[in-house]
Amino acid sequence: MSRVRRHQTQTEPLIFERSSPGKVGYQLPGLDVPAVDPKAALGPGNVRDEIAGFPEVSEVEVIRHFTRLSTWNYAIDLGLYPLGSCTMKYNPRLNEAVARIEGIVDAHPYQPESLAQGLLEIQRTLESYLAEITGMDAVTLQPAAGAHGELTGLLLVRAYLESRGDSRRVVLTPDSAHGTNPATAAIAGYDVVEIKSNDRGMIDLAALEAAVNDSVAALMVTNPNTVGIFESDIAQVAEILHRRGAQLYMDGANMNALVGIARPGEFGVDVMHLNLHKTFSTPHGGGGPGAGPVAVMDHLEPFLPVPRIHDTRNGLRYDWNRPQSIGRVRAFYGNFGVLVRALAYILAHGGDGLRNATVDAVLNANYVRKGLEGHYDLPYDAPSMHECIFSDARQARRGVKTGDIAKRLIDYGFHPYTVSFPLIVRGALMIEPTETESKRELDEFVAAMQAIAEEVKTDPGLVRGAPVTTRTSKVNETLAARKPVVIWTGGQ
Amino acid sequence: MRYLPKSQAERLEMLAALGLSSPEELFASIPTSLRQGKAIAIPPGQSEYEIRDYFEERARESSRGYPCFLGAGAYHHFRPVVVDAIATRGEFLTAYTPYQAEISQGILTSIFEFQTMVAQLTGMDVANASMYDGSTAVPEAGMMAARITRRERLLVARTVHPEYRQVLDTYYRHQDLPAETVASDPRTGRIDLGDLESRLSGHVAAVIIQSPNFFGIVEETREVADLVHRHGALLVVVVSEAASLGLLAPPEEADIVAGELQSFAHPPSYGGPYVGILATKTRHIRQIPGRLVGQTVDSRGRRAYCLTLATREQHIRRARATSNICTNQALVALMATVYMTLLGKRGLRELAEQNLAKAHYLAEAIRATGADLPFSGPFFNEFVAVPRGRPASDVNQLALDSRIIGGLELGRFYPELEGALLVCATETASRQAMDTYAACFGEAANE
Repeated sequence: MSRVRRHQTQTEPLIFERSSPGKVGYQLPGLDVPAVDPKAALGPGNVRDEIAGFPEVSEVEVIRHFTRLSTWNYAIDLGLYPLGSCTMKYNPRLNEAVARIEGIVDAHPYQPESLAQGLLEIQRTLESYLAEITGMDAVTLQPAAGAHGELTGLLLVRAYLESRGDSRRVVLTPDSAHGTNPATAAIAGYDVVEIKSNDRGMIDLAALEAAVNDSVAALMVTNPNTVGIFESDIAQVAEILHRRGAQLYMDGANMNALVGIARPGEFGVDVMHLNLHKTFSTPHGGGGPGAGPVAVMDHLEPFLPVPRIHDTRNGLRYDWNRPQSIGRVRAFYGNFGVLVRALAYILAHGGDGLRNATVDAVLNANYVRKGLEGHYDLPYDAPSMHECIFSDARQARRGVKTGDIAKRLIDYGFHPYTVSFPLIVRGALMIEPTETESKRELDEFVAAMQAIAEEVKTDPGLVRGAPVTTRTSKVNETLAARKPVVIWTGGQ
Repeated sequence: MRYLPKSQAERLEMLAALGLSSPEELFASIPTSLRQGKAIAIPPGQSEYEIRDYFEERARESSRGYPCFLGAGAYHHFRPVVVDAIATRGEFLTAYTPYQAEISQGILTSIFEFQTMVAQLTGMDVANASMYDGSTAVPEAGMMAARITRRERLLVARTVHPEYRQVLDTYYRHQDLPAETVASDPRTGRIDLGDLESRLSGHVAAVIIQSPNFFGIVEETREVADLVHRHGALLVVVVSEAASLGLLAPPEEADIVAGELQSFAHPPSYGGPYVGILATKTRHIRQIPGRLVGQTVDSRGRRAYCLTLATREQHIRRARATSNICTNQALVALMATVYMTLLGKRGLRELAEQNLAKAHYLAEAIRATGADLPFSGPFFNEFVAVPRGRPASDVNQLALDSRIIGGLELGRFYPELEGALLVCATETASRQAMDTYAACFGEAANE
C-alpha cells in the first residue's frame, strides 16, 4: 500500500450552513440607466420577496468551500480510473483553453451565419473527421450525450423505414447491452426483445436468425461488445438483418478499441453514435457534459436532424429545408464547446496518432488481463480488445463480492473498475485502463489487485469492510433510497 | 506523442510479456477482411501552439467584440472568474459520475447543493441533478406528466421557445403521442386562455407554458394553473431565462418546472453545453428522470451523500426506466452552483433588477423611434419590437455596420410576426451600445 498515505482534508459544512445575512461574494458594475420599480413593471403579484434559504457568503468562503469539496473526489488527474465501458482517459488541458477562446465561448447561437463562419467550419471539419474515422457517410453533432445519440439513431431508423411504408415495432438488444439501449428503444416507441449471447459472450447467429422477422426494425449492438470482445461475425450479423429489411445500429461506446483499426461503415453498420466524452477525451466533469454525434450511411442521411451545414456562394450556411428530417433533438447545434474540445484532441493526434492511441489502449488492457489471470476468474477466454472482464467466482466462495473488491481497491489508491456489469457475467469486474496510463501505473494496479486476491484468502473481513482509509467510510445507500432527502431544509 | 505515457522500449517489453512480437497481433480477433485497409486521412498530429492558432483563426471568423442583443434561450451575463477557477480543478473536471460515493463526496455534495438551490429558485420541493438542456427537459417533463396522470395528450403554448417545441415534437411524434399547440393572445403576448380552455379535457396529461415566455412576457401562471388543475391535468412551467427568478415569483403552482440554467453557468458558447433543470413536488419524486443525489450516513454515522432512487434509471430498470438519460451536465451544474453561491440571495435580486432596468431603457429608446411594441404583457429582459419604416433585417444590417448584433428576426418562427424583432438587454448591455442600437431603428424610420 505504498501508493497512498493518509493526509488531512478539511471538514466543510453545506454552503447553506456557512451563510449569514448580509455577506456577499459579488459586485456588479453600477447601473448606467435609470432603475425600474419591479412591482410597477411586472405587477405586484409577480414579484417575489426573496429567494428563501439562498446562501449569503463571501468570495473567499466560496473558493474554500468548493476547493475543500474537490479534495474529497477521486479524478483521472490523480490516477488510473479503470471503469470499463467509460473510457476514462487523460483530458488534455489545451482543449479547455481553446474552448474558452473569445469569439468561440461567447458566440450566440442566433448570430448571423456571416459572423459565424469559423464556428460552422469547426462543425463541418469535425463531422468530416468523424465520418473518416468511422467509415460512415454523414454525421450529425446535435445529440448531447450517448443515450441521446441512441435515441436520434433509432428515430432515423424509424423515419427511414416508415418512408418505405414499413412500420416495424421491435428493436433487438443483446443481453449484454448497456442499459441505455433498451431504455432508448422504449423511449423511441419500440418493443424491446432481448437476445441471448452465446458461450463466447457474442451474438448467437442462430438466435439472431430466429429472432429477426418482418417486425424487427433494428438490432443495437456494441462492438467490441461489453465483455471487451470483437464481434467477429459482425458482417454476417449485418447480412442477416439486411436480408430481412432491418437495420444495424452500433453503440460506439467502445470505439476506443477500433479507431484506425477497423471502420464500422465497412462492416455493415447503418447507424451508430460516438461518445466524445469517452473516445475523444472530453472531460467527464463528474457526469457530463458529453456529446453523442450520430454517424449514418447515405440511405439515412435525408432524415438527419435539422439544420445541416452546406456550402453556398456566400460561404457556409445552415440548411433548414430538409423535408424528410426527423426534426430537432436539441435546441441550437448540440454541445458546441464539447465539439471544440474533441476536434482539438483529433488535431493533436492526427490520423496516425489516433491509431497509435488505439494500439496502446488494447495493449494496456491485455497487459492488465495477463497480470490478473490466475488471480481472478476469466469467464471468456476470447482475446480482449480495450477492456477485460473477470468475475468474482473464486472470491465469492469466500464470501467476497465484486463490490467488496472494488471498495478495497480504493484503499490501494485506485478508483474501482465497473462493478457487476455486463449482466451476463455473474459478479463482473470490468476493467478498462485506456491508453493514457504508463506501465508503472498499470504495474501498481495489477499488484494491488493481486494483493486484494490474497487478502480475500487470508482476511476476507478486511475486504468486506473496505474502504478503511477514506474520509467517508462505506456509505449507506439503502437508507438514502428508503427515506429520500434530496434537498437541504435546514438543521441536520 | 505527449498524451501517451510510454516509451517504445516499454511497449516492446509489454508486448513480450504477452508473448507477442508485433502490435498487429493484438487485433488478431478482428477478421482481416474487416480491418481498415489504409490510414485515417487526417493530417499528422500538431503541437498545442498550432492547434491554438487554428481555433484563434476560427474565432476571428466569428463575432468577437460585438455587443449582442440576442437572447431567445441563450443569454450573455457577467461571469465571475471564480466559476472557472473551481470548474477547471481536475478533481471536478476529470471525475466520473459519482457511483463510488466514498471517493466522490465533493461532487455529490455540490449536486445536493445544486438540487437545493434549484428547488429554492423554482418554489418546488425537489430537483434532479440536471438534464441536457432546457429543450430536452421539456419532453422529459411531458413524458413524466403522462406517467403520473396516465394520460397522453399534451397542450403546449405557442409562446414556448420554438426550438423547445420542435424537440418536443420530435420526441412525441415518434412515440405516436398527441401534442397540440395553444394559441397566443395577439394583444398581451401571453397564452390565449380561451383557446386553452377549449382544448382542455380529461385526456390532457399536461399543459406546458413558459414564463417569461419566448416573447419575454411574464405569463399569468396562477390563472393558467387553476384552469389546468380543474381538468385534472398537470402544469409544466418552463423557465429559459433563469435570471428572471431573481425577481419573479417562483411558479409554486406548477407541478413540474423544467428549464435552462445557462444564464447562471456558462457563456452562450454557440448553443452549448448548457444545463437543464427538472424540479417537482415531493409526491412525484419517483417519476423524475435522470440522476438524484440523496442524503444518508456512512458506516460511522457521519452525514454523507450518494446517488439514490436508481431503480428509476436505465442501468437498473432498462426498458422500463423513467428515461434513457445517462450522462447529464454535471460540470455545468457545478458552474451554476458556484455562480448562485457567489451572487447569493442579494446578488440574484440585483442582477434581475439590472436586467429589468436595461431592457426597459432599451425598449423605451426603441419605442421613441416610432417602433411598435405590440404586446401589452409585462416583460423582464426581452421584448418584441416592430421597426417603423423598414424591415427588421434592415435595422439589423445597420446595427451590423456599427459592429452590433441586433435582436432575433421573429418571422423565422412566427410568420405573423414577420418584420418583428425579439430584443434582449441583460446587465452586460452598456447604455452606449443600447443608444447606438436604438439609433438604428431611428435611422430606418427616417429613411
